[in-house]
Amino acid sequence: MSDAAEIVFDNVTKRYEGRGGDALHELSFEIPAGAFCVLVGPSGGGKTTALKMINRLVSFDSGDIRIDGRSIRDLSAVELRRGIGYVIQQVGLFPHMTIGENIATVPRLLGWAKERTRARTMELLELVGLENGDEKRYPAELSGGQRQRVGLARALAADPPVLLMDEPFGALDPITRFRLQTELKRLHREVGKTIVFVTHDIDEAISLADRIAMLRQGGVLAQYATPDELLAHPADDFVAEFIGGDRALRRLALKRLSDCALAPGSSSEGDPPAPSTMTVRNAVSLMLERKTEALNVADGDGHILGVFHLRDAEDLL
Amino acid sequence: MTLGKGPPVVIPNFGQGSSCVRGDHTLCWSWVRDHWHDTLGPALVQHIELTAIAVGIGFALAFALALAAHRVRRIEQPVGIIAALLYTIPSLALFQFLIPFTGLTWTTVEIALVSYTLVILFPNIVAGLQSASPDVLEAARGMGLTRMQTLLRVELPLAVPAIIGGLRVAVVSTISIATIAAFLLPDGLGYPIFLALKDPTPFKTEIYSAGVLAVALALVCDAALMLLRRTLAPWARRRLA
Repeated sequence: MSDAAEIVFDNVTKRYEGRGGDALHELSFEIPAGAFCVLVGPSGGGKTTALKMINRLVSFDSGDIRIDGRSIRDLSAVELRRGIGYVIQQVGLFPHMTIGENIATVPRLLGWAKERTRARTMELLELVGLENGDEKRYPAELSGGQRQRVGLARALAADPPVLLMDEPFGALDPITRFRLQTELKRLHREVGKTIVFVTHDIDEAISLADRIAMLRQGGVLAQYATPDELLAHPADDFVAEFIGGDRALRRLALKRLSDCALAPGSSSEGDPPAPSTMTVRNAVSLMLERKTEALNVADGDGHILGVFHLRDAEDLL
Repeated sequence: MTLGKGPPVVIPNFGQGSSCVRGDHTLCWSWVRDHWHDTLGPALVQHIELTAIAVGIGFALAFALALAAHRVRRIEQPVGIIAALLYTIPSLALFQFLIPFTGLTWTTVEIALVSYTLVILFPNIVAGLQSASPDVLEAARGMGLTRMQTLLRVELPLAVPAIIGGLRVAVVSTISIATIAAFLLPDGLGYPIFLALKDPTPFKTEIYSAGVLAVALALVCDAALMLLRRTLAPWARRRLA
């Protein structure tokens, strides 16, 4: 099994039975191998429908979906699903199995040796930030955030090249959600899977994605772009409205001071320097707060790297 | 006090027993000791057999019907209604109806007892099989479990608490109902009671000792099933905690 796989939607259409209009209308886009693609849009846009087509939980009427060039119809649904990680909002852990048994579900189906399954389970526990010993507990003994970590570990167990996530953090409190989002980004960098992620939350989409597919009512692809492109050039009024009025600030939130060209030297401001990991949006906010137009930027050791000016932010847009 | 009265099959001749027996006190241990081997012991064993056969066959039938109803939802209600109707037939009437076909046999008794267990076991097993939540089933499907694997690895284990809950009620009620077998057969814990009641002055110890044994049997079986549930479904206990 490869590390990641490319996913292609080729003119996929699904009609609603007995109802006018399509659930998905001629959906075509390509998700490069290893990408983090977020499907976003209002309810009724068909984003979950599109996601569930990839592992054939939902059928389509015409068109094709290919994973690494191979039509998903070439494999049996059961075989296909065992090669694709699947995470849902309500997690769906098996309450009668321990955490370890839950994680080992797909390896067992695939007939892995006991030792290999056990080693993999322990590896995953650590990867998703659970503690040694948690594998013996039951799902009912865990918090919502911990359960979703187990859900993620279970989906990753057999090292699938593709991970499908259907609003996985939708039921979590904001703090837990933010923490899991951060960890998912780290995990994506570490394991390099192709991730397809559904959310209705544009903030979540922008912070996680390297590709955003925005769907509108009737299952029409409104725009498929990187977060920066989407914010800089919304394809139409629908996209612009869905993103909201603070597009410029959101774009600045995608960039860090370390990404910017800094003016040499240091400003005479007496305030402490900003760390280079700070987002440009926060840097602008800081300058507005300090009523200044220049900000010293320092690396992790406190060495001044240069000066960031307010007008530099304008140039980024 | 009349001596040697009643039908010739009467086993206790309490006129010759201890003062407790002669005075017909509530419960005479000496009588229980003297008649354990010829009366109470065999009756208890027969009673256990009556119950085990009834619950065994009833469980197998209910389980098969529940699996079918789980797969084909529309048969659930008709089967449930038939089981409930069977339950409403008074046992003595059911015996009268069956005797022309199956005679004064264990078969007759077991048909009645089995039909009574269905009304408890069938709905419990169906409810157990349906207790897996939709998100658990979706996760199972999404991970590539086949329907059979979902049944064996997810739905059945999750049904264990409900199934054992049904078995507890079925076993306890069958132990109680099985005493009516004495109307047909000289077997089971109902028989000593039946005999004593035939006497114009029923011998209390015979009634109470058999009754207490039936209650004790029910309690022991119930405790054993609770233990079984804890062993088979440790996760359910933790959830309650």
